[in-house]
Order: sequence, then C-alpha cells, then structure tokens
Amino acid sequence: MSMMKRLLPIACGVFLLLVPLIDKNSSHISAYADTGGLVLLAFGLNIIVGYTGLLALGFAAFFAIGAYTYGFLASPLLGIHINFWPMLLVSAAVAAVFGLVLGAPTLRLRGDYLAIVTLGFGEIVPQVLQNLKWTGGPDGIAAIDQPRLFSYAFGFNPVPYYYLYLAIIAIALLLLNNLRYSRIGRSWMAIREDELAASHMGINTTGAKLAAFSMGAALAGVAGVLFAAKLSTVSPSGFDFNMSVMILAALVLGGMGNLTGVLTGAVIIGLLNFLILPQATNWMQAFGQLVHSNALANVDLNQYRFLLYGMILVLVMLFRPEGLIPSAVRRAELHAEQDIAIPEAAH
Amino acid sequence: MALLSLQSVNKNFGGLAAVKDLTLSVETGAIVSLIGPNGAGKSTVFNLITGIYTPTSGTIVFEDRTLNGLRPDLVTAAGIARTFQNIRLFSFMSVLENVMVGRNSRMHATIADSALRTPRATREDRRVERAARELLDFFGLTAHASEWARNLPYGMQRRVEIARALASEPRLLLLDEPAAGTNPAEKQALMRLVQSIRDRGVTILLIEHDMRLVMGISEFVHVLDYGEEIARGTPDQVRRDHRVIEAYLGKGA
Repeated sequence: MSMMKRLLPIACGVFLLLVPLIDKNSSHISAYADTGGLVLLAFGLNIIVGYTGLLALGFAAFFAIGAYTYGFLASPLLGIHINFWPMLLVSAAVAAVFGLVLGAPTLRLRGDYLAIVTLGFGEIVPQVLQNLKWTGGPDGIAAIDQPRLFSYAFGFNPVPYYYLYLAIIAIALLLLNNLRYSRIGRSWMAIREDELAASHMGINTTGAKLAAFSMGAALAGVAGVLFAAKLSTVSPSGFDFNMSVMILAALVLGGMGNLTGVLTGAVIIGLLNFLILPQATNWMQAFGQLVHSNALANVDLNQYRFLLYGMILVLVMLFRPEGLIPSAVRRAELHAEQDIAIPEAAH
Repeated sequence: MALLSLQSVNKNFGGLAAVKDLTLSVETGAIVSLIGPNGAGKSTVFNLITGIYTPTSGTIVFEDRTLNGLRPDLVTAAGIARTFQNIRLFSFMSVLENVMVGRNSRMHATIADSALRTPRATREDRRVERAARELLDFFGLTAHASEWARNLPYGMQRRVEIARALASEPRLLLLDEPAAGTNPAEKQALMRLVQSIRDRGVTILLIEHDMRLVMGISEFVHVLDYGEEIARGTPDQVRRDHRVIEAYLGKGA
C-alpha cells in the first residue's frame, strides 16, 4: 500500500509529461493547459476555504488582477514590455496585496457574511475593469507579450504552456504540502477549528488569516499571468462570478482541504469545461448534419455547463458531501454521527 | 513579589457590572483558587487576564508588564496559558498536533521558512514535536498521540487541554473548572497533576466548583459573588466565613 502510494504520483507525473507525445491534437493540449490553470486557482482557493475555513466567493477577482497586471506591464497598451518570467512573481505580489486589501476589512466576518462581502469584491473587480478607459474597457487588452525561454518563443503553441503549467503545479504542490505540515498550516487549521482557542495558543489570528488570503490570491495571480500570456489577450468577461463558481465547484467536487482531492476535482471540472463539452458539441453537431437533424446540428452543450456543474454539486452533496478524495478531517466532520462514537461524559 | 496582580479591576457590560473593584495577587509558585456561585464573574476574570476583554478600569500586571488591552496571542507569548470551561480543543486535529499548536508562540518559522522547509524550520518543527511528545508522555497520553482530539473520552480531553496549555511554557497557568464532568478517581488524579505542574515551576490560578479539590490543593482562595470579592484567605479561613456560606447556601441557612 505505501509502495503504491509512493509510486502512484511518480507514475502520474511521468504520464503527464508524455501526454503531448501521445496526443498530438493541439486543441486537446490547449484544453489540458487551461485545466492546469484551474488547478492552480483551486489550490489558491483551498488555502482560504479548505485550510483556514474562510468561505470566500469571488475568488476569480484575484485571477483577473494577476492577468491584468501582466497585461498592463507586457503589452502595447502602455508600451511597457517587462519580461514574462519576473512578471510571474510581480503579478503574484500584486494579487497578494489585493488579497490583503480584501482580507483586512473582512477579518471580523465569518461564514455567510464573509461569503457575501467577497462575492461583492468578485463582482466589483470585473465591473471596474470593464468600465474604466485605461484598462481597455470591455475589449480588454490585446497583443499581450508571450513568453520566451532563451531563444525559444512560446507563441500560440499550447505545448510549452502545458509543460509550464505542469512545472508550476509541481512547485505549488511541493510548497503547499510543506505548508500544510508546518507551523503555518497548523495555525490555519486551528483557526478553522476554533478561532478563539487558536488565539490563546499564541496564534496571531489576524496575521494568519491575512497570510491565507494573500497566499491564495498570489497563486491566482500566477494563474492569471499564465492565462493572459497563453491567450495573448485579456478581457473582463472571463473573470465573472461563473469563474469563481467553477473554482469552488472543483474544490467541493474533489474534497476541500486535501491537495490530492483538490487536484482531482479541478482536473475533472477543467476537462469537462475545456475538452469534453466542446468535443461532445462537435460530435453531436456532426452527427446532426449526418442525419439531417437541425436540432442536433445546432446544439451547443457549452451553454449547459452551469447546469452540469449545478447537477454535479447537488449530486456530490447528496451522495458524497466530503468530495471525491476528502481530507480525513472533512469525512469525519460530515459523517460524525455514523462513524465516530460520541465520547462519554465520564468513563 | 506577585507574579500576577489585579488592581481595582472593573468590567461593565452595558449596565451590568460583571467584575467590581477586584484586587488580587498571585504569588510566584502558588496555587490560588477563584471560587464562587455560578455567574459570579470568575470566567470573566480569566477573560480579562487573557485579553478577550479589556477592563473598564483598573490594571492587570504580569511580571511588571501591564496586560490591559493586550491581544490574547500576546498574553500567551508573555507567559500566561489557559484552559477553557467548556473544552475547546481543535477537534479534527490529532492530539499531537493540538499540543504542537500550543507551542506556536515559542516558534519562529515564517511562511517562507515553512513553504521552503528550510533546515531552520525543519529543526524547529522536530524540536517542537519532541517537546510535545514529552508532554504527552507526562500526561499519559502517548498512546493517543495520533488520534483526533474529539475521539478521546472527556477526562482525557481535559488533560490534552492542559498539555496544550503547558506547551507554550507558561509561568502562569489558568485552569477554568478542570474537574468539571470528571469522576472522583479522575478528580484525585487531577489534583496530583495540578500539584506536579506547580512543582515544575508553573504558578496556578484555578477556577473550580469542586470544594474538596479546591480546599485540598489551594494555598489561597478568593471568593467572588456577583462580581465582587466577598472573602479571601486560606482554605480554612474561607470555609468558616459566614459570607461565603451565605453566598453558597443563602441567608438563614
């Protein structure tokens, strides 16, 4: 079993490295790369919601901030062209600062109240980007610089982006796993369990919550840079509430608080969104033309994606509320009555 | 010299005076008890000391340091640890992790240290784990180290809470009704435990309802009623004080 546990991630890693050699279809690789973006976003949200227990909606705002930061500093819009690689860190830092800006006034809020305030923030950011002139308005920013590695230009070829996502996800996985089993990770979880008791353990709960917000936002910022670079364009429409819901859906489906679960959930939702729905649409339309059915020929399954997420969330809540691969903790929380003997008052 | 002293401390909640003009001091190395009927303001005193509440007036001094308005985490860092009347363990963390969290204020690893698992952070984490395991050993909880706190029987959870509090290496330990809900055998064990903690050099301020326990181990007792101190003295003096008997049993008893 432990042998399996050790070999499985290595096998998965090797397989993922070989994917572009097996699947030569570049639209598929592009979908895999976009799925990688969702994985990073889900990792970020997991720090805030899964570890620290702060229900933050509107997380896509940080994604937008990361993408636009890169757009401003690496496009003809302002005539600034900073190199892609340092921008990964710069955008992460800018998003982290916005994480602090949002985190600071909401620190006293928990649960539903925090959810509503963060939801508002998630609505405000795309609205502001859309309505300001200097952010490019509804059209956003075009002709954003694309990365180069030494003399190799990434361009619109999805393969290098795919590998870049893999590398960054691997690094994020390593860092987050370290954090989970450290002083910081324990502080986050203590706050999730009992904030008052946590503060009496010498945990600066304000600082720890702000750290969670800014770390989560920083990951979204990195995802934003990759997104903007791969597409070479950003516009406000990609960062609306639907995006936030998609990230949260990945978390709920996979299992909050557990990195493997979050990874799995994000991959499933990502592949559904970026690969399976568009592909199935194509097949149904082709089939419709073949049998001369107008209804089938004009079907667009992409329109039903939120219906699908909604159904997935309902089914998960009904049959496996802890997610597919939950942390042991959440499984117990949600099945406390069945699985765990209630301690007697005195034994 | 007194380790902790409260000077004319008042705490009002709106029109309600929860603590009235309380002056008390706890000498280094002592076991001091705070007793009184339900609602007398005992837990409020703990909450004032640990920074959940700020006194309306008066000062709280710990080792030459004024604690008024200090955040709970800084009070812990200053050397005061506490347990709670209704157990507040981190239910879904292991017993070992609970105790390790207790040591947080003595740790220095930053986020960067933790994320990169620098040698410094690794060493510190190992040291903290070793110290936590030693505490679990002292409390007879080694066999339960990797269990979730919530899965332990009640009496054991009380002990985990004390171990967690001691992990911060406090000089003053505040115990809020540690014997509540425990059986007579556990109470005996608890008495010995409290004494052995004191013998390790930790001063103890105790809130307790169980009079046999209080009288058995306290060197000094303060009695509160309706937020006011009505008596103080050695257990024998307090036991004979007519105002204490009145507060507990009513007039004319």
